[in-house]
Amino acid sequence: MKYIDEFRNSETAAALGRQIHDISAGLTGRTTIMEVCGTHTMAIAKFAIRSLLPEKIRLVSGPGCPVCVTPAGYIDAAIGLALSGKIIVTFADMINVPGTSSSLAKARSSGARVETCYSPEMAIEIALKNPGTEVVFLAVGFETTIGPVASIVPMARAKKLDNVSLLTSFKLIPPAMEALSADKQLGIDSFLCPAHVSAIIGAKAYEPFVRKFHKPCVVAGFEPLDILSGIRMILAQIAKGEAKVENNYSRVVKHEGNRHAVSFIHKYLEPSDACWRGLGVIPSSGLSLKREFKDMDAEERFSLRISRKIENKGCRCGDVLKGKIAPPECPLFARKCTPSDPFGPCMVSSEGTCSAYYKYIR
Amino acid sequence: MCLAVPMKITSVSADKQTGTAEFDGIEREANFMLIKNPRVGDYVIIHAGFAIEKFNERAAKEQLKLFKEITDAAAVKRP
Repeated sequence: MKYIDEFRNSETAAALGRQIHDISAGLTGRTTIMEVCGTHTMAIAKFAIRSLLPEKIRLVSGPGCPVCVTPAGYIDAAIGLALSGKIIVTFADMINVPGTSSSLAKARSSGARVETCYSPEMAIEIALKNPGTEVVFLAVGFETTIGPVASIVPMARAKKLDNVSLLTSFKLIPPAMEALSADKQLGIDSFLCPAHVSAIIGAKAYEPFVRKFHKPCVVAGFEPLDILSGIRMILAQIAKGEAKVENNYSRVVKHEGNRHAVSFIHKYLEPSDACWRGLGVIPSSGLSLKREFKDMDAEERFSLRISRKIENKGCRCGDVLKGKIAPPECPLFARKCTPSDPFGPCMVSSEGTCSAYYKYIR
Repeated sequence: MCLAVPMKITSVSADKQTGTAEFDGIEREANFMLIKNPRVGDYVIIHAGFAIEKFNERAAKEQLKLFKEITDAAAVKRP
C-alpha cells in the first residue's frame, strides 16, 4: 500500500530503535510517554513498539478511546431509548459496551431497534424511511468524529426532518491532557499526540498545554516509523531540557489544522463540561449542541437524566484510562473480563487498551 | 478507529459537498463538507465517510527521505 508500507520499513524501525536507546542512555530515571489515541494504542500493541524501547522508557495508554470514556449512565440512557421504541443509530463499537446492567446488544436481542453504521449520514437515511419514529444517533467521539456527526444537524434541517436527534457525548483531547498532567501521581512526562484529532485542531492546539505544563508534545501518525520517530523526538527534547510542540505527521496535519472543519463544528456546538468514564467530570472538555439546535438534543427532547456515576464496582478501567495501571495489573483482565464477556469498556472497544493487550500482548 | 490510507478523489458533485474516492480499486462515496475545494485527483484522509483533510504527498516524500538517511547511516555504522 503506497504511503503505508514505506512507513513500516523494518530496517528503519531498527535504526530508530537504536537511536532511542542511545538518547535514553543519557537520561536519568524513568521517562513516561502517554499516548491519547485509541488507534495509537492498537498500533503500538500490534507492531510491538514497546519491545524496541529500553526499560526506562515507559509508554502508557491514556483515555484515547472515546467509547471507553463514555459514562455507563449514557449507555443506560441509550438502552432506555431503544427499549422505548426509538431507533438507535450508532457506530458499531458502542453495541457491546457494558452499561450498569445491560448493553445495546442485549437490548437489540430483546427486540429493540439498534442499527450500526459506518457514516453518521445513515441516521438521516433511516429517519427519512421511518417518518413516524424517533431516530437517535449516539454522538460519541473526539475531534476527528465530531465534524462528521455534527453534519447530521444541517442535513436534518435541509430535509426538514423533525424525527432525528443526537445523544451527545463529544469529548476533547487537550482538556483531558491537562487533567491528566495536573495529577502529579500519574507521573506523565510527555505526550505522543493523536494523528487525526490533530488533523482537525492543528499542532498549534497543544501550545497552550506546553506553555502551562512544560511537557513535550509530538504529533505522530499511526505507522511504526511515525510512532518510533515521534518517540525519538520526544526523548531528544527531554535530553535537551526542552518542551515544545513538534509535528511529526505533516503529510496530514497542518500547524493550524483544518480551520474549515473547526468552523463547521463551532457553527453547531459549544464547549461544555463532560463526564469521562473512570476520570470524572473535566471542565470544558466536551461539546454540546448550541441553544438554537437544542431541539435536536435527545437529552432535552426526551427529558433524560443521565447518571454521572464514574464506574461499576470492581472495574479498574478508570486506572487503565489514566495510565495508572496496565491491563494485566487489573485482577479481572483475561479472567472475568474478556472481549466476549467484557466487564468494562476498555476490553470491548476496538480502540480499548485492554482489548489491545488481550489481542496482541497477552 | 482511524484509517490512515490516502484515498484519491474520483468525482466531486456540483456543490462540492459529496463525491467518491478510491483506494486500491475500491471506490466509495465520500462527503467533502469538512474540507475546502475538493478536486478530482486530490488525495484525502477519510473518516466515517467524511474527508477530514487532504494528504500532502510532498511532506510524505520529505519524511521518507529523512527515514532513508537514518537507515543508510545505520547501515554504514554496522561492521
